[in-house]
This record gives sequence, structure tokens and C-alpha cells, in this order.
Amino acid sequence: MLDTLNSWFLDPLAYPLLTRSLEAAIIVGIISGVMGTYVVVRGMAFFGDALAHAILPGIAFMYQRTNGETDELFWGGLVAGLFSALGIGFLTRHEKIREDTAIGIVFAGMFALGIAMISRIDNYAGDLTHILFGQILGVSEADLRLITIFALIVLALVALFFKEFMIISFDPVLAKTLRLPTEFFRLLLLVLIAITIVVSLQTVGIALMVALLVTPAATANLLSHRLLPMMLIAAFIGALSSVIGFYVSFHQDVATGPAIVLTATVIFGAVFAVQQAGQGITWVTLRLRDSASH
Amino acid sequence: MANILSAILTKNNHDAAREFATDCASLSESVMTVHDLACGYNGYRAIEGITFDLRAGERVGIVGPNGAGKSTLFKALVGLLPHQGAISIQGASCKDSHAMIGYVPQREAIDQTFPVTVWDVVMMGRARQIGYILLPRKQDRIAVRGALERVGMWPLRKRQIGELSGGQRRRVFVARALAQQASVLLLDEPFSGVDAAAETDIFQVLDVLREEGVAVLLATHNLVQAATHYDKLLLLTNGRMIAFGAPRDIYTPQNLGATFGDRIALFQEGDQYVLVPDKPCHHEDDH
Repeated sequence: MLDTLNSWFLDPLAYPLLTRSLEAAIIVGIISGVMGTYVVVRGMAFFGDALAHAILPGIAFMYQRTNGETDELFWGGLVAGLFSALGIGFLTRHEKIREDTAIGIVFAGMFALGIAMISRIDNYAGDLTHILFGQILGVSEADLRLITIFALIVLALVALFFKEFMIISFDPVLAKTLRLPTEFFRLLLLVLIAITIVVSLQTVGIALMVALLVTPAATANLLSHRLLPMMLIAAFIGALSSVIGFYVSFHQDVATGPAIVLTATVIFGAVFAVQQAGQGITWVTLRLRDSASH
Repeated sequence: MANILSAILTKNNHDAAREFATDCASLSESVMTVHDLACGYNGYRAIEGITFDLRAGERVGIVGPNGAGKSTLFKALVGLLPHQGAISIQGASCKDSHAMIGYVPQREAIDQTFPVTVWDVVMMGRARQIGYILLPRKQDRIAVRGALERVGMWPLRKRQIGELSGGQRRRVFVARALAQQASVLLLDEPFSGVDAAAETDIFQVLDVLREEGVAVLLATHNLVQAATHYDKLLLLTNGRMIAFGAPRDIYTPQNLGATFGDRIALFQEGDQYVLVPDKPCHHEDDH
């Protein structure tokens, strides 16, 4: 029994490629949980989903330029992600255009551009699938290095400006009266979300990215009513989903991205169900106590 | 009369308020001076010609009908809208002085589900003193604790902000202004959506602010409450200032007529004032 369990855990780690993939998935789980906390508390799920799609032209451009080499896709995605995030930020800075409208315009335009560019590449179907749904087994050493560096940059900036991000998210008017550079921090937050999405691209792909941002953070929101604990719980759930999803993917021969997202969804469902059941038991107990006292 | 707008104002209340205002005036300097303030949106001037001053511990009501420009005035004072004219707080020009303004937002302006506790919200008021990047120090924690104790919210410091009642939430934001060491506190319609008990609570907290020397500016459309509880009033209509001064001095039929049109009339009976709608509504059972 113990041997079976041992081999279940250790077998995948015998391959350096899989170890690298697992490391990448854990890092992505952590930063998605951290940045996803802001996405959830600021109600930016649509922004996260849109931005994941809006990086497609950058990826298509680099794919064309490098004749299908995946190492350079990261930089193309990063440029397109930053361009889209700042574009949305620019359009909404005076609140003349509603944020969801601006996101819709930029997202649809960029995604259409990406699809148009990819449709001109011969034999693009397989690669497009990897971009849309992730290809974690394609993580090279260079990819892992980039993922680690950018994840550390994101985590460091969140740690340094945690207080400022909390104030601009909770009460932008207070931020202005305190003379905080509100616009700078708002754009910085968008940029950090964009980096997180590009870093996570290889793990879950464009189509499922929003789940990695939203689901662990939403689960954490059920468990904590303070921002920092919520963020730490979200990071833990993100990493846990990545690890479980990775093993499920290896042993059950399921695509890794969907396995990770499904794990996160099951964890959310379990926490939600337990909380509801707890509330139900409390309610029934109170009713019984009431009727006994009358 | 079925629809009498409000109650009776006694002359004694007016006198007490005016005496207090006079005392404040003699004892303290202006903490906020606003001169010929104007601002607006898209080329339209929403307010103009606003001139008044606030002294330490003074409680001033901005009174006017809906759409009078009360919220615009607040936004200009807080620094959310570009404006013309001069605002200075304790001698500093407005560019540097907004941090000396605390404000209590309207209920709907705050996301009640946001994962922050009472403690977190009050600590936000210390952001400038803490500085970028740094963590709160001992003096910040002492300031937050002191502010929470003064408004009676220390026992609820671990509660999430959405778990509080409307009155409690306003007390938390007042504590934040105290922690912020604001000289002036703006309250936008603080009594909307709160019950009578919460209203009393809020006035108790405002008394704490008076003891601390914090000047308070409240937007309200409750004419009678404004007359009985505030030291001075600023009557505002269509973005123009009608009058500024102690309630007794400015509650004249002319000023009220200019502010509220012909909807309100003021009667004097001996020592008492009675505010009634000039064109009372009739219930069906009146016919």
C-alpha cells in the first residue's frame, strides 16, 4: 500500500521535464492566488478573462517570427498583455467609458487580431490548442527561469505596496485625500495581473486562466474576512490545486490545465458545501432550542 | 396638520448654538477657509461663489434641497474635482492640505463585502504617517486603538466592516479620521438610512470630535435637525450659496424661500419657530 502511494507520488518526479512542470505549476498557483485576491475583491473577473485572451496577438506574432519556437512566446504575450492592460486603464481613467465596455472593446479587438494572425500560419491547429488550453509539459528550463523571476517580481511588489493596493481597492477617495498616486497604483495592479496571466499561460492556457485567478481566491474569501490571510489561503489553495491537478493529470491521462482548474473548482465546492451545511445545522439547532423553550 | 415637515425649534437651542459658535470663534483660529470656490463638470459650473470658514470644534451643516450641489462641494473640498477659488486648511494651500481632511463616505460608496476589519479600516487613516512600503509602528497602533476607544468601537475591532450596522460603520470612519489626525471631517448625508438610536450614537461621536477640536462639515437636507444640532449652517441651492451663519441669523423667510422655493414657510410664535410646508400635501382622508 505504502509502496503504491510512494510510486504514485514519486514516479512523475523521475523525469526532469515533469519536475520542472510541477515546479512551474506550483509557482503559477501561488501568484494566481495572490493576484486573484485583488481580482476577486475588486470585481475584476471579466478583466482577468479578457486580458488572458488579449495576449493572443503577441503570442501569434512571436510564433510567426520564430517559426514555432515556444521559448520566445512569453515576451510576445508580455508585451501584448501590458499593452492591453494599460490600454484599458487609459480608456477608463476619466470614467467616460465604463470599465466593462472598455474591456470588451480591447479584449474582442485583440483576440480577433490574434486569431486572424494565427489563421495565416500553416498547420496552426495543434499549437493553437496549446495556447488556448496550456501545455505544461512544454516548460523548458528557460521558461521556468522566466516564470520564477517574474513571479518573484510580482510577489515583491505586492508585499511592498500591500497597504497602498488595499486602500485604492477599498476606498479610492481616501487614497486621493491621502495624496497617494492612485492612478499609478491602479495601473501597476493591472500590469501585475497581466504579468501573472502571461506567466501562467503555459500551465492552463488562455481559456482557463480566469479560473486560476478567481476560484482559489473566491474559496479563500469564504474562509477569511481579512485581505492578507485571504491572500495567503488563496496562494495555498492555488498551489494545492496545481499539485493535485498535476498528479491527476499524470495518472489519469487528462490534460493538466483542466485537471488543475477542476481541482480548484472541487475545493471551492467542498468549502462552500461545508459552510452551507454548518449554517444549516446552526439554524436547525437554534430553531429546536427555540421550540423547546416555548 | 398631517404632513408638517418637522418639529419646533426653541429659541433657547438657537441661543446655545450661537453662544457656542461665538465661544469657538473667540477661542480658536479658522482651521479651514474657503474663498469664492467654483467647480463643475464638462464646462457646466455645478457650484460657484462659495465662501465660508470653519473653526476648531465647530459643527457646520450644508443644507439644501436635492441637487443643490452638496456632494459636488464635498468632492471639491476632498480634492476629487478640479476647482477654482481658494481652499486652505490651517494656512496650507489645498494641494498640501487634503490629507488633513477626513471624510465619512455614504453607505453605497463602500463595498460592504470587502475583506477588511474595523481595525484595518482605521489603520488605513495612518497610511501617510506610516509611509510607503513600511509597516505600522507602535505609535500607529496606539493611535488606532485610541481612535477606536474614543468612538466606542474597540470591542468590535475584529469585525468585518460589512458585519456592522449603519451607525457603527459611520463611527468606524469617524475613528479613521481621528487616527488620520484630520483637522476637518466631512460627512455626506450621515443620517440617511440609520434609525433614531444610531442617529443619537452619531451625535455622541460628533461630540467627541468637538472635544478633539475637529471641525465637522455635514451635508444634510434635514432642516430642523440642522437648526437644532449645528453651530452654523450654509444654505445652498442650485450650486449657489444663499447664506452662511448661525441658524437663528440665517433662518429667515427670505433665505429659506431662496433655498427651498415656496415649499417651506417659517412661523414665529413667541419664543418658538415652527417650520411647515407652505403647500402641505393632503391625504385622502383629509377630503
